[in-house]
Amino acid sequence: MITPAPVAECIVLQDCIQVPSTPGKSNGPFLLPNLLFGYSDLEPYIDQATMMYHYNKHFNGYMTNLNNALKGTLSANLTELVLNPTDSTIRNNGGGFYNHGLFFRIMCTASRSETPSKLLEDAIIKSFGSMAQMKQQFAAQASSRFGSGWVWLGVLPDGKLGITTTANQDTPFMKVQDIQYQLMYPFLGLDVWEHAYYLNYQNQRSSYVDAWWNIVNWSQVPKKNNSHPLHKT
Amino acid sequence: MFRQGNKLSTSISRLSTLASRAAGVRAKSTLPSLPYDFGALEPVVNSEIMTLHHGKHHATYVNNLNAALEKMSDAMAKQDYATMIALQGAIQFNGGGHLNHSIFWQNLCPVKDVVAPSEANPELAKAIEGQWGSLDNFKTEFNTKTAAIQGSGWGWLGYNKQSKKLEIATCANQDPLVMKGLVPLLGIDVWEHAYYLQYKNARPEYLKQIWQVVNWKDVAARYEAAKKA
Repeated sequence: MITPAPVAECIVLQDCIQVPSTPGKSNGPFLLPNLLFGYSDLEPYIDQATMMYHYNKHFNGYMTNLNNALKGTLSANLTELVLNPTDSTIRNNGGGFYNHGLFFRIMCTASRSETPSKLLEDAIIKSFGSMAQMKQQFAAQASSRFGSGWVWLGVLPDGKLGITTTANQDTPFMKVQDIQYQLMYPFLGLDVWEHAYYLNYQNQRSSYVDAWWNIVNWSQVPKKNNSHPLHKT
Repeated sequence: MFRQGNKLSTSISRLSTLASRAAGVRAKSTLPSLPYDFGALEPVVNSEIMTLHHGKHHATYVNNLNAALEKMSDAMAKQDYATMIALQGAIQFNGGGHLNHSIFWQNLCPVKDVVAPSEANPELAKAIEGQWGSLDNFKTEFNTKTAAIQGSGWGWLGYNKQSKKLEIATCANQDPLVMKGLVPLLGIDVWEHAYYLQYKNARPEYLKQIWQVVNWKDVAARYEAAKKA
């Protein structure tokens, strides 16, 4: 059983600085991380308009709702909130804030996309046979997610890599009563809610999934190594 | 592919379905024609959305449903229960999608053809008022509940045959309202594909506007049928 690391150690959440709220103000503990690229930098794979709405409306909306739900709290552990959501508001908005934090962090303009580290590539080949096979499985999972949700590449409890999909704003390590997810600590995730692709791809989700690999910022996708608390073997 | 709506082609397609059933041939589900042009619901729902929604999304549900039913027939013939059970998800998704959208196109009509519930059917109007105090109150509650759906789904006005009352209900994804034990009268699609190209993330605004194209005559006809059934 992998114990989630405290927020400060989570690579994914590095930029989600916990700002103690000023006494008397209604702000909650979370801040929107800076976008690491310009709105049009992911063209033509993700269009500028989608980036603007996705970041400023959807991502920001989850943060706002989460902060409102935690009004008066000085600081909070996001991973803990997502692991054990206390109600549906925390589930949807905590999950939404966590998921989008990861998502925006691991993208970059195509020219900077590079390739996975040798360590990560070896792990992918070991778990899936090849990069191509990993992407094939990823695409299949993306198509199988009916309605809104996410597709994830991450570390399974046995240390191998796996791919899974979650509904709505659920995260693969979230403990909820109604759905049993494949337990996994995700280091790469793709939003397959229609808002993530509809303006550019309309109903063609699979085209979006295929195109997305062009803008994955592999340098931000954690190398699989034993020193990272989330990615132990 | 889809055809532009007209009553004659719908009747012919119904007759051919009945004929092929009579001949013992397995009838496939078909994409129903839209009762109006793609631009007919402007400015509330634009023609780009209608074209994609009907011609791509609904058409895909029909195609995928037919594929699943084909596999289900084979599995039934072989008494392959494992496969039959495995196919249930696909039938629920795509069959639900087909049912829901077939109702949806009829539930809407051009602004110029809209009449108030009281004109469409005084009984229905009275039932709404009796239950929610006013039509506005009903719309407010409907919109609040429907806007709050997490992810994809539908908001419904349904009829409860046991209690003989109207109810507002919501369903996730393409789950048909029958799963909640209600007869569907009016459904509003809040999958993002139903509004995103025009309203972006502003689902509450879409819900505010959609009432301008609700076909209360159709809702009333379903209400009458539900009461009699």
